[in-house]
Amino acid sequence: MKTWQMLASITLALLPGAATAQTTQPQGPGPAAGTGPAPGQRLTVDITGGISNKMPIAIPVMPTPNAMQTPAGSTDALGNQVSDIITNDLKNSGLFAPLSKDQLKPVSFPQVSAPDYGAWLPTGAQALVQGFVQANGDGTLTVGCYLYDVFAKSEMVRQGFVVKPSEWRRGAHKCADTVYSRLTGEGPYFDSQVIYVSETGPKKNRTKRLAIMDQDGANHRFITNGQSLVLTPRFAPSRQTVVFMSFENDQPRVYVYDVGSGRKRLVVDSRYTTFAPRFSPDGHSILFSMIVNGNCDVYRVAATGGTPVRLTTSPGIDTGGSYSPDGSKIVFESDRSGTQQLYVMNADGSGQRRISFGGGRYATPVWSPRGDLIAYTHLGGGFSVGVMGTDGSGAKDLTNGWQDEGPTWAPNGRVLMFFRTAKGSGKADLWSVDLTGVNERAIPTPLDGSDPAWGPLLP
Amino acid sequence: MNKTAMLLATAALIGLAGCAKKPPKQLPPAPPSETTTTTTTTPPVAENNGPTPGSRADFVAQAGSDTVHFATDSSDIDAEATSILTKQAAWLAKFPNVRVTIEGHCDERGTREYNLALGDRRANSAKNFLVNAGVNAARISVISYGKERPIATGSDEESWAQNRRAVSVVPQ
Repeated sequence: MKTWQMLASITLALLPGAATAQTTQPQGPGPAAGTGPAPGQRLTVDITGGISNKMPIAIPVMPTPNAMQTPAGSTDALGNQVSDIITNDLKNSGLFAPLSKDQLKPVSFPQVSAPDYGAWLPTGAQALVQGFVQANGDGTLTVGCYLYDVFAKSEMVRQGFVVKPSEWRRGAHKCADTVYSRLTGEGPYFDSQVIYVSETGPKKNRTKRLAIMDQDGANHRFITNGQSLVLTPRFAPSRQTVVFMSFENDQPRVYVYDVGSGRKRLVVDSRYTTFAPRFSPDGHSILFSMIVNGNCDVYRVAATGGTPVRLTTSPGIDTGGSYSPDGSKIVFESDRSGTQQLYVMNADGSGQRRISFGGGRYATPVWSPRGDLIAYTHLGGGFSVGVMGTDGSGAKDLTNGWQDEGPTWAPNGRVLMFFRTAKGSGKADLWSVDLTGVNERAIPTPLDGSDPAWGPLLP
Repeated sequence: MNKTAMLLATAALIGLAGCAKKPPKQLPPAPPSETTTTTTTTPPVAENNGPTPGSRADFVAQAGSDTVHFATDSSDIDAEATSILTKQAAWLAKFPNVRVTIEGHCDERGTREYNLALGDRRANSAKNFLVNAGVNAARISVISYGKERPIATGSDEESWAQNRRAVSVVPQ
């Protein structure tokens, strides 16, 4: 019981002001089994060498205490789907090797809180994720989520997530996030969304639409209809609004879009082109670029609008600003030296200094949400996505496609998403890669995709 | 608008009659009949069947091209571009009521946002040339499409060279 209370408080800290998904004590069978060793002392994933040495993990189908129809389907079927989603999330992180379906054993509802360790030992699984899906009287669903150390025969996590039926997948992502964080020590990132530019049509005249989807590609929906060329969408920290660029009426300008209402408004009413927008970490300001008579500089404006403040003044192209997570600094790119390179300045524009010095050009810098790294596009022979320290040290390219461009950070600062354009056809797709440069994989989208922007962890 | 178009067309006819310039041997392709908000009441066609003076087709025919090209990551106006822009300026001087939009473009070998700025820089280079050649700046607007609207679709030097361009667009 003590164990559960501790874990619950951790969870509450992770989910401030939870509205749609809140923790509850699982209505699961039996009392808490927290009598083993202190959780987490043994079983951890080595996150530096972890990818070559993935942790075997068993995620059997989650039973239901009482099969019931819900707007999301029967709780029976949901138990199956939830374990699939958790399996998929953990597998895609590159740090886990989930057991295949034929290695898994059925779990009865009473076994959820009293695992049959002996039966799992021969499978080689070091960790076991069990749980249940239950329909509650008020129309909500509870996803119970239990993590066990198979060798130590001890419980590491016991949590429940209450979700609306329309957001049932989030219960699975939250369970996966809990397991991932508990075993790796990294922050969660599965319960998050991505906004990107969905592309289709001939290379000369691509139709581009904004689209939002869950991090795993589910719940995909289009936001704009493709009549106007749209580029570079980015979430506000609140996730309620998105800033992007549209060529509506042949006037390339930055707009803010309200996800809830579907309304959009011009950020700066200017006769000049505005583009490359990005929110400040507190959501109060928007960085953007404006081209005045051919000279492009970085500006800041209040998210509610108003008079922009000019932050750079070089006659070169200054663009692509991104704030440090504490809001004190901005990284941007400039060709003032003759080629595109990365620069850091204070938030008021003072103290500008170059940080990239490797061969080739550096572009599209984005500050990590952890604050320790800057992701970039490196233009040499082709385009690669990479990371460097915030002082430019330790630059390391992570990918090597024909054109890998425009990295965006997962909310935990551990994974990068970017877009890869094919030579010739110009078709682009979304990809992700681990910070260590491994586990490169394609992100499924209905059409082609570019300009991904990873949103914050959902509340 | 219609009145203006008519006036323009009339002025153009007079101008043409006055100059009696020989029409180009090879006619440019008919302009695409799609879109744009300009409602052109088909102006009287010149006797010689050449492009309507003051029209986009006429502009292209007289200036030799509506497009100038640039070196990689450059917005400098080279000798060939100078020749074309000089002729564009002369045509614009002849039709002082025609507005022009200069579209700047880039090849695919730059990042998306940088290319938006680079395309604008190219369009502004062309604009500044025309202004220095006497065209009223108020008649010229610029827009950059970055690398979003290539005209050649290959991933090779020849295509990239074609895509690094500024296109002067006058109404149909």
